[in-house]
Amino acid sequence: MRIINRKPSRVTSIYLAMIPFIAVIVTYAIASHYRLAANPADKLLPSLQSMGASFWRMAFEADKRSGNYLLWLDTWDSLARLGMGMAIATSLALTIGLLIGFIPHVRSTLAPFVATFSLIPPITILPILFIVFGLGEAAKVALIVVGTAPVMIRSTAQNVMNIPREMIIKAETLGASVWQMLTRLVLPQTLPGLINSMRLALVPAWIFLISAEAIASTTGLGYRIFLVRRYLAMDVILPYVIWITLLAFVIDRLLLMLSRRAFPWSHMGGESI
Amino acid sequence: MSAPDTKVPPHVVVRNVSKSYGDMVVLERVNLEIAPNTFCTIVGASGCGKSTFLRMLLSQELPTSGDILIDGNPLPPEPTPDRGIVFQRYSVFSHLTVEDNLLLAAEFEAAPATGKLFGSARKKALESIEPTLEKIGLSPARRRFPSQLSGGMQQRLAIAQALLKKPKILLLDEPFGALDPGIRADMHELLDQLWEELGMTIFMVTHDINEAFKLGTRMLVFDKIRHDPHAPERFGATITYDLPLTRNLKDSAPTASELFTAPKNPLSEDIKT
Repeated sequence: MRIINRKPSRVTSIYLAMIPFIAVIVTYAIASHYRLAANPADKLLPSLQSMGASFWRMAFEADKRSGNYLLWLDTWDSLARLGMGMAIATSLALTIGLLIGFIPHVRSTLAPFVATFSLIPPITILPILFIVFGLGEAAKVALIVVGTAPVMIRSTAQNVMNIPREMIIKAETLGASVWQMLTRLVLPQTLPGLINSMRLALVPAWIFLISAEAIASTTGLGYRIFLVRRYLAMDVILPYVIWITLLAFVIDRLLLMLSRRAFPWSHMGGESI
Repeated sequence: MSAPDTKVPPHVVVRNVSKSYGDMVVLERVNLEIAPNTFCTIVGASGCGKSTFLRMLLSQELPTSGDILIDGNPLPPEPTPDRGIVFQRYSVFSHLTVEDNLLLAAEFEAAPATGKLFGSARKKALESIEPTLEKIGLSPARRRFPSQLSGGMQQRLAIAQALLKKPKILLLDEPFGALDPGIRADMHELLDQLWEELGMTIFMVTHDINEAFKLGTRMLVFDKIRHDPHAPERFGATITYDLPLTRNLKDSAPTASELFTAPKNPLSEDIKT
């Protein structure tokens, strides 16, 4: 049989998915073993045990100076910033994006502006944000909003414009007002797409979060990584990177689950990743 | 009963309507009077403008020149509940179950702010659509989404939905084009029954000339009568045949091949030479 027609079973799929992960871990363990054998004080490739110990210390031992459990404090603060930024970006996408997509006069007024704004490299705005909002939480949240909202607005507007014209005309012939079309047709038709663009926007959102924390912060996952970099503490940095990746993965899966649960009708057409 | 009756004032009047997109003329000099309660079928080659004509009756598009009157009043410039529509695809709302698709018209009317009924009001509205569900045979499928229905079921739902506002005119744009012949015959029966019960005027565009003969009480054939070989877009199509069909005297009707040979027209001869 041709390879395109051979599909792995569920169990095989799980094993296949594990192969690259295990390969990376084994490669790392071997490389680390030989470096440490040559120089036990090497900091570049710490052993898996020492990374585990550091992670345990960050998570379950109170910091001697502040008395905080640093991993949880960092995680909580970072997620709060990320959530706040995404919430604002999402509500901007929902209001402005819907109107741009649905109402031609709003589209003519705002679409070129949003398109231009979305081309500004967000990180170049960071100094401005620090000057305007100070070094507190607002600047970091604002960076996430500036970095994600324009793209989300544009994709939401496009999703609205992709609603088959037939449905909108049908709603008109059923006596719907513009507001009713927004609430009963346009909004529900675009929500699955909105969740999709949230999932895509989370990638730049994490980048901007870590960047902002690295530059000016006293807590947060990004702050911690850049802080311990000074001591070449790879045994903290690597577990933190894995932890951040895990958080991003879990958020992504939760959004996908939400979409499947809340909008079953939009997931009836084939496989998705 | 179907031929234009001089005693009854015409229900729909089309006066010298033409439609062009830039230099491309699609329709020209279309004149028509339709008596109330006519089942008017519209046939013609692909691209002859029959769907454009239907979209103008719906006000989805506006004529470039000429007028369309209903009961003596000019058509409103946008789709309204007095004209129902069934498209070939995307006629029903993919994010709503069968039930909710049928409730929607009542919800638009009863709830201006939310467009949605709750609690006892919803229960009552659900009861009122029960006979409709029964009639189109979708009671067992009431909780399903359109993508879980067969093509025939979807179109039955679309027709029922289009009739919810009791329109005086029902417009059908190749509604059965994607269905199997067997299903199509069932749909003809349903449509015929509804037409006789509700007493409305139907305009139906179809590719299937047998369907046009079987259902119609009047048949319009759209075709180009003028051709300029050097500029094929210069002239549009118009009504070349307007046949009153007496339903039980179908044998006397002309055959398809006779209809699609454009009549000899002195104008077209002029241009060719």
